[in-house]
Amino acid sequence: MKQIYLDNAATTQVDKKVIEVMQPYFSEKYGNASSQHLKGQEAKRALEESRSVIARSIGARSDEIIFTSGGTESNNLALKGLFFANKGTGKNHIITTKIEHDCVMNACKWLEEQGARVTYLNVDEQGFVDPEDIRKAITPETLVVSIIHGNNEIGTIQPIGEIGRICREKQVYFHIDACQSYTKARINVKKQNLDFVTLNAHKIHGPKGVGALYIRDGVKIEPLAHGGRHEKNLRSGTENIPGIIGFAKAVKTSRNSDIKKMEKLRDKLINGILKIQNTNLNGPKDENRLCNNINVCFNNIEGEAIGGYLDAYGISSSTGSACSSHTLESSHVLKAIGLSDLQANTSLRLSLSKFNKEEEIDYVLEVLNKVVGKLRRMSPVK
Amino acid sequence: MKNKFEQYNKQVMKHFLKPKHAGKIKNPDAVGRINNDMCGDLMEIYLKIEGGKIKDIKFQTMGCAAAIASSDVLCELVLGKSLEEAKEIDNKKIIRELGGLPLIKLHCSVLGERTLRKAIEDYESKEK
Repeated sequence: MKQIYLDNAATTQVDKKVIEVMQPYFSEKYGNASSQHLKGQEAKRALEESRSVIARSIGARSDEIIFTSGGTESNNLALKGLFFANKGTGKNHIITTKIEHDCVMNACKWLEEQGARVTYLNVDEQGFVDPEDIRKAITPETLVVSIIHGNNEIGTIQPIGEIGRICREKQVYFHIDACQSYTKARINVKKQNLDFVTLNAHKIHGPKGVGALYIRDGVKIEPLAHGGRHEKNLRSGTENIPGIIGFAKAVKTSRNSDIKKMEKLRDKLINGILKIQNTNLNGPKDENRLCNNINVCFNNIEGEAIGGYLDAYGISSSTGSACSSHTLESSHVLKAIGLSDLQANTSLRLSLSKFNKEEEIDYVLEVLNKVVGKLRRMSPVK
Repeated sequence: MKNKFEQYNKQVMKHFLKPKHAGKIKNPDAVGRINNDMCGDLMEIYLKIEGGKIKDIKFQTMGCAAAIASSDVLCELVLGKSLEEAKEIDNKKIIRELGGLPLIKLHCSVLGERTLRKAIEDYESKEK
């Protein structure tokens, strides 16, 4: 059966060009970048070239980039590292939102147990945080504002330029989680006044297990992992050279034209779905939506069941339904934009990549019409 | 946002994708309706009863794959049975018939058991 992968917000297919450049770093150029010999220096050179690719892509300097194991580690390192570096200074207040990824939310909850005070800001019905709410929430104790740039569930792209200006003016640090937005929305650490940026590879056709954290020059944090003083002593552990090479290649192969292509497919899919009766789009419907995100409620039927039928047709999707979570709780993001538990249960997320084709979208719409009709006939709620 | 459909076995998928008993009965002798507080699932069962036996049964469920499969297998289990026999069907029998459910989905099978009891109660209260 034909497979159509529409769960690219979860992870993406590794680009063949990426695999190609990684390959020699497993089999021939397998040196440890800390070693003095030629093989080590070969790895070191590749590591530093990759670092400069990542740095340039967000307008940063190479020495401001730390490689990590991925988005979760980068987010944890930024928040916990900053908190512990400022222990005893009275700066113990963190401002974030109610629509963060679990790793930021749960890191914040853990930091509350360590003495942090955390403000979880509301968002509007499209998922936007109001920059003025951030300004109002800042106190003399505020250490950092941490915001998810492009939301992983509903695709909302936050006004980080405006938030960055406020943070710089108020002299608090600004961290963005850019796991979903990287290469899809503009990130410039200088123009947007960013102090920390979380990046990862596997959402952009790179390998899993690699990420990066931009830390603005001069900003002090404590490491989470102590060891051989790798990565400016902020992240010890032998660098994942093949992964890092692949990460840089994924960045180099991403094109602005990919964004345009995904936007076109996204809008076709959204418009096609909204023609089905009793459906609602979650998240914004304008240029402030991630180019690859579609999130819709199909009222009166469950997202988990829709996903199950789509899977049987070879289409991979995802849902914010309680029925598909480990905890039987529906998505905190959908609840934050005002959906009830019941409504959140009816949600379906489809997320595109540059590899999706227009005829796939036609097929998905045809299948969706069929399975939504079938499940609605099965539902007691009309 | 987890995609966990791989956790369902073939039997569950069969009842989920091709349920034989989904639908409604015109002028049913009894109806049961339950709202599952745990996850918001909703189920209705319609019964046609003749001579103390379940002559026909249909379900409508707003729920996940496990809830729909459990609903369908429950109907299969009780069709043709007497009301007394039908009362004996519990969620353990449903799970056994399905060849097992993921741990977190076990509660979905309780929905069918409770809705059927409700429908039988509805019938018995009308008979009195």
